[in-house]
Amino acid sequence: MSNLKDLKVRINSVKSTQKITSAMKMVAAAKLRRAQEGAEAARPFASRMERMVAAVGDSIAGIDGAPRMLVGTGKDDTHLIVACTADRGLCGGFNSSIAREVRKMALNLKRDGKTVKILCLGRKGKDNLKRDFASDIIDTIEGIGKRNIEYGEAIGVADSITQLFDDDGFDVCTIVFNRFQSAMTQITTAQQLIPFAVPEAKDESNGEAAPKAASEGPSPIFIFEPEEQDILSELLPRNIGVQIFQALLESAASEHGARMTSMDNATRNAGDMIDKLTLIFNRTRQAAITTELVEIVSGAEALK
Amino acid sequence: MSETTTTDRVEFELVSPQRLLRSEPVEMVVVPGAEGDFGVLPGHSLLIATVRPGVIDIHEGGQVKESIFVAGGFAEVSPERCTVLAEEAVPVGDIDKAAAETRLENAKAALAKAEADPDATTAALGRELKAAEAMVAAVARS
Repeated sequence: MSNLKDLKVRINSVKSTQKITSAMKMVAAAKLRRAQEGAEAARPFASRMERMVAAVGDSIAGIDGAPRMLVGTGKDDTHLIVACTADRGLCGGFNSSIAREVRKMALNLKRDGKTVKILCLGRKGKDNLKRDFASDIIDTIEGIGKRNIEYGEAIGVADSITQLFDDDGFDVCTIVFNRFQSAMTQITTAQQLIPFAVPEAKDESNGEAAPKAASEGPSPIFIFEPEEQDILSELLPRNIGVQIFQALLESAASEHGARMTSMDNATRNAGDMIDKLTLIFNRTRQAAITTELVEIVSGAEALK
Repeated sequence: MSETTTTDRVEFELVSPQRLLRSEPVEMVVVPGAEGDFGVLPGHSLLIATVRPGVIDIHEGGQVKESIFVAGGFAEVSPERCTVLAEEAVPVGDIDKAAAETRLENAKAALAKAEADPDATTAALGRELKAAEAMVAAVARS
C-alpha cells in the first residue's frame, strides 16, 4: 500500500509547512505593530522639517545662488532611482511591485534618452532588477533595519546620496517605496528627493496651529540665524535624511503587513490542501479495506 | 518680546526623528543657537535658527526647571511656539558621565584616524566630536 504511505507523507509535509507559515504570520503581526507605531511616531519630525524647509525655501526663492539641492542643477539628464525593498522575500507582491515600478520608470527615462542610475536599499531589489539593469545599479545597501531602523542609518544613506550629487553624479533623485496604508494594502510611491519639491507652505498636519498661522498673514517674515543660505545648506541634506528615514519606516511597516497577509493566505491554502489530501487518504484506505474484504470473502467462497 | 501677548506661556515642542518628545507650555526656554543662546518668551518674533550641540533650559518661575541635552538640530520660533528639531535629545540628568567621556574619546580617535587618511570625509566625525564635547560639558555643568 505504497500509495497510502505517500499520501501520509505528503499530508505531514503540508502540515509542517502550515506550521511555519502560521508562525511567520504571528511574527509579522507582532513586528507590524511595532513598525506601524514607529512610522506614526516619526511623522511629526518629518512634517515640521518640511514646514521649515518650505519657510526657508520661500524666502530664498528667486534669489540667485540658491542651493542646487533646492532648485536643481538646471539639467535633467541623469536620474538616480532609489529602490526601497526588503532584504527577505516571502512577502507577497511587496518586492516585485517596487521592482515593477522602478523598471517602468527606468525604461521610460531611457526611452527619452536619459541616463539612469539605480541605488538599491535591500537585497531583494537587486535580485529583481539585476537581470535587466545590471549595469545601472551603482550600489546596494543591505541589512538596514534588521531589528529597528536607526536614524543614523538613514543619514548614512543620505550622506552617500549627497556626496554623489555634489560630485555631479546625477541631476534628479527619486525614491520608490511602499507607503503603508493598512496591513492589506501598500501604495507604491515615487517621491522626488532632489531637487526638493517645496510643498505649499500650509500646515495640514497640525490642525491647532493652522488658524494662528493664517492670522499672521500670508507670508510671515522670518528672522534667520545664521543666513538663509547657511541654514539651507544644513537643512537640505538633513531633510533628505529625514525623508529617507520616513520612507524606510513606511517600507518596513508595509513589509510586515504584506508578509502577514501573504502568510495568512499561505496558512489557509495549506489548510485546504490538508483537507483535500485527508479526504483522498481516507477514500484510498477505505478502498483498500474493501478490496481486502472482497478477497477474503471470495477466497472463503472458493474453498466451499 | 512684547508684554502685550494674551498668553504668558510659550508652547515648547521637542521633536526627535523617532518621535515627539515634548509638547508642553512653558514660561521660557533657552535654546543654544548656532550664533549664541537665545531665550524664547511668548510673543517672540518669527525665527528660524540652527542649533549647536548644547543644553536646552526650560525655565519655570525664574528658575531652570529642566535641562535637556541636544546634539544639534534646528529651531523654529513663532509668537506662540518654539519647535526644536533635534537629532538626539537626552535629559541632562540621564546622561551617563562615563559613557559620555568614552564617546568623546571614541570621537577624537575616529577623527584623528580620518584626518590621517586623505580620502576620508571628516565632516560627520567633526560633528560627532562637537556633540560629544557638548555632552561632557553638559554633565560637568550640572
